[in-house]
Parts: sequence; C-alpha cells; structure tokens
Amino acid sequence: MKKKTFRGGVHPEYAKDITAEKSIQDLPAPEMIVISLQQHIGAPVDSLVKKGDSVLMGQLIGNSSYAVSANVHSSVSGTVVAVEPRPHISGRSVISVVIKNDGQDNPCEMISHSDPIQLSPQEIKDKIKAAGIVGLGGAAFPTSIKLDPPDQANIDYLIINGSECEPYLTADDRMMVEEPADVILGAKLLAKGCGAERILIGIEENKPEAIRNMRDHAGSNAIEIVVLDTKYPQGGEKQMITALTGREVPSNGLPYQAGVIVQNVGTALATTQACRDGRALIDRVVTLTGAGIKEPRNYRIRLGTSFRVAIEAAGGFTAEPGKVIAGGPLMGSAQFDLDVPVMKGTSSILVFTKEDSKQFDPMPCIKCARCVDVCPASLLPVRLEAYSMNAMWDEALEYGAMDCIECGCCTYICPSKRFLLHWMRLAKNEIIVAKRRQTG
Amino acid sequence: MENSRLIVSPSPHVRDEDTIHKIMFAVIIGLLPVLIAATYLFGFNAIRLVVLASIAAVVTEALCQKIRNQPITLWDGSALVTGVLIGLNVPPTLPSWMMILGSVVAITLGKHVFGGLGYNPFNPALVGRAFLVVSFTLPMTYWTTPFDAVTTATPLELGPQAVAYPDLFFGTIAGSLGETSAFAILIGGIYLFYRGVLDYRIPLGYLGTVLVLTTILGLDPLFHLLAGSLLFAAVYMASDMVTTPVTPVGRWAFGIGAGIILVVIRIWGSLPEGVTYSILLMNAATPLINRWTRPRIYGQGVSKNA
Ligand code: SF4
Ligand code: SF4
Repeated sequence: MKKKTFRGGVHPEYAKDITAEKSIQDLPAPEMIVISLQQHIGAPVDSLVKKGDSVLMGQLIGNSSYAVSANVHSSVSGTVVAVEPRPHISGRSVISVVIKNDGQDNPCEMISHSDPIQLSPQEIKDKIKAAGIVGLGGAAFPTSIKLDPPDQANIDYLIINGSECEPYLTADDRMMVEEPADVILGAKLLAKGCGAERILIGIEENKPEAIRNMRDHAGSNAIEIVVLDTKYPQGGEKQMITALTGREVPSNGLPYQAGVIVQNVGTALATTQACRDGRALIDRVVTLTGAGIKEPRNYRIRLGTSFRVAIEAAGGFTAEPGKVIAGGPLMGSAQFDLDVPVMKGTSSILVFTKEDSKQFDPMPCIKCARCVDVCPASLLPVRLEAYSMNAMWDEALEYGAMDCIECGCCTYICPSKRFLLHWMRLAKNEIIVAKRRQTG
Repeated sequence: MENSRLIVSPSPHVRDEDTIHKIMFAVIIGLLPVLIAATYLFGFNAIRLVVLASIAAVVTEALCQKIRNQPITLWDGSALVTGVLIGLNVPPTLPSWMMILGSVVAITLGKHVFGGLGYNPFNPALVGRAFLVVSFTLPMTYWTTPFDAVTTATPLELGPQAVAYPDLFFGTIAGSLGETSAFAILIGGIYLFYRGVLDYRIPLGYLGTVLVLTTILGLDPLFHLLAGSLLFAAVYMASDMVTTPVTPVGRWAFGIGAGIILVVIRIWGSLPEGVTYSILLMNAATPLINRWTRPRIYGQGVSKNA
C-alpha cells in the first residue's frame, strides 16, 4: 500500500525506541509549582489570585478578556506564595503564580457528564474553553477559538494529528496505545464542536501498536485511521492536511479555509477529560528523553513543575548535559535555565549529552539544492538566506518568506551547515515589522 | 546541575551527517572507476597527468586562499575534485607543464577570481580545459590509441562507420583520458546517484536531448551518446552542484539546453566536439534559469473559499 505523505521533508534519526515501549508514569507533584500566566500564543492572562490566597486543585487562577487567550488553573492545592515574573521557556521572564503545594490535592468542584457526546456543540466549546485547553502539540493555540472559525466556515474534516513526527517524542504514541478510547471520544467531541462530518486520524507507520489500538476503538465509519509515511514534518499542520485530504491551505490563510481543523492527540484526550469529567487542563504527558537522562520515559506531569524537578524525578543527568531542549530536536527550543516550568505546550524535555550537542561553523553554500528538495513549502531556502543576509526584504517577501513553516528541514539537511532557518526567521520578522509600520 | 553551562542555540538541534567534505570525497570515489580505466587504457600517462593536475590544483587553491587571507580549506576536497576532473579531460600525450598551467588557470580564473568555493559561475575544470584548447590547440587535439599510443583521430572525427560499439562502450578508442570508457563512467555514475550526490535530472535531460535530436536528424543516436566526452561530462561536469540551477525544473532545463547546444555544435559547428561550450553556456544561463523556474510555493494560488 502506498502510504500518504507530502512534498519534501527529511528522515532524521528517530530515537523513539528509548521511550516508546514504556508506559506513562505519574510524576508526583512537587512542593513548589510555578504556573506561568502565558501558556498559549498571545498576551499573558491576568492573575485572579494574590499572595497568601489558598487555592484548590483545578481552580481558575488566571484569565483575560482578550480574544485569543486561554484560562489558567492551579495544578495543585495549596497557598499562593508569590505572583511575580519567573523564567519562561521563551527565554524571557513572564508573570507567574507561585504556589506552595499542601500535598492534599483538594479538588475544586467538577461537573462531570456521563455521556458527553450528548452535549451540544456550544456546550462542548464552552467546556473546552473553561478547561483552558490549547493545542498540546506545541503551538498552544487556544482550542475553543480554533473550533469556532470566522465567517461560519464549513468544516468537512476534523483531523487528529497522531503523526508525532519529531524524533525522540513518544507522548502521543503512548496516549494512543494506552488510552485509545478516550482519544477517540475526544476526537468525536472536537468534531461535534466544530460541526465536522468526518474524522481522519493520521498516524505515522512507525507506531503499529497505536494504529492497531486506535483502529480497534474507532468503531463508526465516520472515523478513519490513516497510516502515513514516516517523515518529518509529517505532523506540520499543512503537511498533514495535504497528505490526508489532498487539499492545500491557502498562502497566508488558515486550515479552516480549506474546510479542515487539525487537533493533536493530547488535545483530544484533554477534551474528553474536560467534557466527561469536568477536569481542567492541569497536567500533560511529557516525554523525558535523550542520552543525557538516566530514566527516559513518558511522565504525566503537573503543569508548573520545573524542568529541574522533572529531570531529577527521571533519575537525573547521566553526565554533564550539553543541551536541555523544550520540545523535539527539530523545532524545540534550547533552555539555559532549568527553573523554567512545564507548560501546556511542553511536549518533551530532551537532554542532549555534550557529544550530541555539536556546534557547526557554516561553510560556503555549494548550491547543492538539498534545501530546495526538502522544503515542504517549496521555497528556495538558499535564495531566501541570501536575501535575508543582504537585508533584501522585498525580494524575500516575493520569494515566499512568509510561507516558511519554520520546520528546520533546510538547516538540518545543509551539508555546509548553514543556519538557513535562522535567516528565514529574521526575514519574516523584518517583513512583519515593516508591514506594521506601514499600516501604522 | 549547573545552569550556565548549558548550550543554547537555535533549532534545529540535529543535523544530517553529510558535509561538503564527504560530498567531495564521494565524487572522488565516484571517479575511481574512470581513473582505473584511464590507467588501464593509457598507462603511465594517465597517472602522470591526473597526479600533476591534482597537485597543481590543490597547491594553487592553498596559495589563492593565503593571498586572499582566507582560511585554508583544502580538506573540503573541492580543489582536488577540480584537479582530477581536468586531468581526466586532456589527451594522454599532453606535456606536463601544460597540464599544470591548465590546472592553475582552472583554480584561479575558474574559481578564485569569483570568490572561491560556491561563488564561481562556471565549472572550473571546464574553464581550465577551454583555456588549454584555445592556447594549445594542437597538443589538445593530438590523439593516440590506447595501449600502443599510435597517432589516430577520435571516433567523433572518424564517424560511426569507423568504430565498433563494444570499443566505444569499453573505451578502447582514442580520446581524453577519462572520456573513453562508457562502462567505467556508468559504474561511477550509478554509485554517485545512490550516494545521493548526483541529481538525475541534468544527466538524463542532457543525454535524453542528444538521443532524441540525433534520432530526429537521422543520425546514429547511440554513437553520439558514446563517442566523445558527452557521457563523462553528463555525469561528472554538467551535474556540478555549484554551477547548475537549484530548482528541480531548472535542472531539467539545464540538461535539455546543454543537449541542444551540443547537437548544434556537433552537427553544424566547426568543432568536432562541443561538450565544453554547451556546459559553459548553460552555466552562464543558470541565474536566469533559477529565476524563471521557481517552484509554486505551497498554498499560493489556492483560493480562500472557506
Ligand atoms: S543545502 Fe546548504 S549548501 Fe546546499 S544549496 Fe542549500 S544552503 Fe546551499
Ligand atoms: S525554508 Fe522554512 S519551510 Fe522551508 S525547509 Fe526551511 S524552515 Fe522549513
């Protein structure tokens, strides 16, 4: 059978076997929790608590009136000891609620629903919004907003992204293996929420057990499990859509304009918990992995647990670490402060040894065109790099800089070890700034 | 748990294993069958010329980089590739000093006047060869038979009636050191293709165009594929990364364009062979080809019909 896929892409070493066979384990909640008030794309939310307040597990502690925002909840019960800027995965300090855990896990009131599929689309969206659910694949876009596209757009397909194409990551894989029924239920709820008739669940072929378990639980023929080629970035939203439906998302546009909404496996699971159990998003499955960590595996971690505590719980470092990465090796961000907290978008804590963390000096471009061949957006990274280096922003725009999905395939493949993606990002930034200046 | 020691760099955090250095040495390995065939057919002359050309190229590269105050990057292997290529591109009897001069010109005028590796618009080995042909026309067109080194003409000059296909295929004919054995070139080309350093589009476009055009013109297509340096150039020179288009369509266009020019020169030109000029001309057209053959960007031209 010819497996579905997309144009371009690369085959890095997957290194998923480190954790793929091990079941998800609960990581005990630490004594101190730091809940960042910026968990999603968009501005930070306002704190609803102050120093000295006591909070319950699952209690709403932050929200905002902005359109693009998501509620934030306490992941433990205890006392607020500070509301102050703390290190954040972005590298900046962001206002955060620091909570001393009383170890009781006293929950706040949760409204459960024995047959959540009976809820109306609006009720589903309300519950997702109340629970503060965002895209758990890493982008952290508020899910309820995604389910409510503008202009009454017609949605034909809800896609569940189970490709997990980043090397090392196995969190989605384990969720599909261990909790397929809840993932499927979440998919149905999400589909009902956005009015999609059909559900497609795309899984890369390197996850046979997940494919089997999901097929066993899919049941109705409105749900199709599609096996995809193992290739990065198969899980890129646009690549997923094209591989599964043959449609393309318009340039500068959003998936709903192609009649599709994509959600991640973890998001589906969180949706089930929100609608059925009335549970807010206060923990997530994180892959702790890499040669630099003693006991790599997937852990269910309370949001706000610091990287330091999580790594210690996983046995600590094997040796002096080289890099600690939030997310996967292709798109994740290297951290310099281990006090950053696990957030809603933290799919992985990846620890590289010194040997893994090779640094490269760029060599001259030999026009090998490998970057062109692998670019999933069909750009010419080699040209864009040159335009960006010479501050030729108009040309960069014309050559499609804004269509770059920042997957990093070009930098990955370049035999001259050039920092292509870095220059893409610079060009995109400059173009956005220039546009803002123009429109005032 | 020392925070400050952590390395912070932008994503991606993993890289493919291939480097310029590995690519260049793969090309050298891909040239080995041809080197062996040349040595077998032309004996000591093959070794003499290829070794001299290589040493001259590498030394010139180092001198150029020193003069231009650049880091010396001999280990990248690109100068060596140029040296071996030009060495395989001359008749077996070429005097040593001419060989050295050709190699020096290839590296200086072909490469470093433009800024060194990656910046040269023309294939350096072909620049060197073109220089030799223009400056030393007689020695560069003085052909001898393999093994016994009897003076003769090349198959292209003799015409299809005068040569047998097996001779053309295995290379027991007169010609430049590396060009005669189609068999050795095919082995090298297949290796390079599977190694991922040879894009199939340019060689196929080039050879295919010659095949089609000579057939249309009522000539012997197989003869035109095997005689002369077409096959060697298609595999090792026309496909040079630095001097050819980066777009997929552009690489087809390059091959087809070179094929058309070659047939025109061979049939109507005053030269018996036109491989060098067909490639150099297409090298010159490469920036334009890149501009005209941009791929359609994902999502562009797709309507937002919601
Ligand atoms: S992959 Fe690197 S060396 Fe090759 S064309 Fe692109 S930028 Fe140049
Ligand atoms: S240019 Fe952008 S989209 Fe294309 S490979 Fe590079 S990072 Fe990915």
